[in-house]
Amino acid sequence: METTDFALEVEGLEKGFDGSAVLKGVSLRVPRGSIFTVLGPSGTGKSVLLKCIGNILAPDSGRIVFEGRPLRDPAAREDFRKRCSFLFQGNALFDSLTALENVALPLEQTTSLGKVEIFKRSLKALQQLEMKDFADRYPGRLSGGMQKRLALARAIVTQPEIVLFDEPTAGLDPLRRNAVFSMIAKYQRRFRFTALVVTHDVPEALAVSDRVALLNQGRIAFEGTPAAFAASSESGVALFRDSVDALHRTLAAIRSEQPATS
Amino acid sequence: MVRQLGQTTLGIVRDTGDFTLFCGRAFMSLSKTRRLPRRILRAVYEQGAVCLPVIAIVGVFTGLVLGLQGYHVLSRFGSEGLLGTLVSLSLVREMAPVLAALMLVGQAGSAFAAELGIQRNTEQIAALETMGVNSLGYLVAPRLIAALLVFPAQAALFVVLGLWGGSLSGSVLLGVDSGVYWSAVERAVEFRDLRECFLKAASFGVLTTAICAYMGFHADRNTSSAGARAVSASTTRAVVFSSITVLIADYVISSFFI
Ligand SMILES: Nc1ncnc2c1ncn2[C@@H]1O[C@H](COP(=O)(O)OP(=O)(O)OP(=O)(O)O)[C@@H](O)[C@H]1O
Ligand SMILES: [Mg+2]
Repeated sequence: METTDFALEVEGLEKGFDGSAVLKGVSLRVPRGSIFTVLGPSGTGKSVLLKCIGNILAPDSGRIVFEGRPLRDPAAREDFRKRCSFLFQGNALFDSLTALENVALPLEQTTSLGKVEIFKRSLKALQQLEMKDFADRYPGRLSGGMQKRLALARAIVTQPEIVLFDEPTAGLDPLRRNAVFSMIAKYQRRFRFTALVVTHDVPEALAVSDRVALLNQGRIAFEGTPAAFAASSESGVALFRDSVDALHRTLAAIRSEQPATS
Repeated sequence: MVRQLGQTTLGIVRDTGDFTLFCGRAFMSLSKTRRLPRRILRAVYEQGAVCLPVIAIVGVFTGLVLGLQGYHVLSRFGSEGLLGTLVSLSLVREMAPVLAALMLVGQAGSAFAAELGIQRNTEQIAALETMGVNSLGYLVAPRLIAALLVFPAQAALFVVLGLWGGSLSGSVLLGVDSGVYWSAVERAVEFRDLRECFLKAASFGVLTTAICAYMGFHADRNTSSAGARAVSASTTRAVVFSSITVLIADYVISSFFI
C-alpha cells in the first residue's frame, strides 16, 4: 500500500503531562475507509491519543499524517477539521442549547445551507439515533445514554469522512450499543468513511472492525486484524481479551472458599 | 528578591503580549464567522438589554447626588445657576462612561467570563474547534462588536437619566429655576465633550469585554485551582482587572482631551 491509502498515520507520538509520560511513542496506520478500533485498559492514554490526533492536545513529539500530509501544516489541518469529526468521551455538548440546536450548530457555522435544509438534516440525524422526541430538551435534562446519542448525532450530521469516536457506546444498553456499531458499519459501507474507535466493548469491536490495536501503558502492544487479535497468544492481549474467562475463574475460586461460619 | 521581581515583570510582559495576540486573533476571526449579524444581535441583547434597569437606576441616582452636592457647593459661591454646567460636564466627560462601564463589567462581563470558563472546562470550546468552527469568532468576536455599540449607548442613556436626576434634585427639590438648569446644560456640553464620552465608552467596552473573554477563555490555565474553583477565580480576576483597566484607561484618555 502507498502512504496515501492511509487516512491517518501516527508516528512515534509522545505526550506527557507535568513530566509524567502518557503516550510513549505510539505509531499506527489507519487505512482509508476502514474501521479501526483501539482497545486498552482504563487510563492508558486512549483518549489522549485521540485528542492528539483530533488536534485538541498538542503532542510533545511525533508526527500525525492525514492523507499523506502532516497535520503540522496549517492547510492540512484546516482540511482535516473540515472533513473530520470528533466524539468526546465526555460528550462536550453545548449545555445552553437544545438537542436540536446542538446538532444544527456545526451545519450553521460551517456550511452555507439554508435554514430549512439545516433543520431537516438535524432532525434526520436525531432520528437516526432515536433522539427525535427529545429535540427540544437541554442536554442537562437527558439521561447519560441519551446524551451520548445526541453527541453521536452531532458528530455525524456534517457527513464527515473521518470520525474519531471516543467510547461511542459507553452508557448505552446492549440494543443501542449494537445499533451504534451497526450504524458505524453502515456508514462505512455507504460513504466509505473512516472510523477510529476507542471502546471497551471487545466482542462488538472485534465483530465490526477491520483492524484492532491494543494500547497498553502508553505503547501499542498489538496491532492487526480482529482474527489475529482473537488468536494472539501475547500475554497482554490474552489478558484483556479473555477477561470474562478470568472473571469466571476468580468467581469459581471465591465460591469454592468455605463460607464463614458464625 | 531580585529574581522574583524579574520573574513577575517577565510574567506581566508575557501576559500582556498574550492578551494582545488574543485580541488580534479575535478581531481577525470576524472574517471567518458565519451568520455574524445574528450573533452580534444576540450579544447586543445579552450585554445591553439585560443591563438596562441597572444602568437606569444608577444613572438617575448619580444625577440626584450630583444635583444635591453640586447645589450645596455652588450655593456657597452664589452660583447655583451653574448647576446644569456642573452636572452635565461631570456626567458626559467622566461619570457616565466610567460608571456605565463598571456596571456593565459587573453584570455582563462577569457573566461572560463565567460562561466561557464553564465552556472551556466542559470541553465545549474544544468541541467547537473540532467542528471547524473558530471558537473566538463564534464566542468572542460578536461580543467585542456588540461592546462597541452597547457601551456608548448605555453611556448616553446614563447621561440622559443623570441629567434628569440632576434637574430633579436641583430644580424640583432645591429650587434652581428649571429653565436656567437646562440652558446651562445646553451651553456647557460641546461636541468635543460628547466625543470624549463616546470614545471612552467604546474603549472601555472593547477593553473590558476582551479582558473578560481572555480570563474566561483561559480558565484552564490557572494552575492553583481547577474545575469550578478555576471558573470562579477567573471570573473574579476578570472583574478586578476590567475595573482597574477602566479607571486607568479613563485617566489616559482624559489626559489626551484636556
Ligand atoms: N489534561 C490532562 N492533564 C493531566 N493528565 C491527564 C490529562 N488528560 C489525561 N491525563 C492522564 O493521562 C492518562 C491517560 O488518560 P486517558 O484519558 O487517555 O485514559 P483512557 O485510556 O482514555 O482511559 P479510559 O478508558 O478510562 O477513558 C491518565 O493517567 C490521566 O490521568
Ligand atoms: Mg478515555
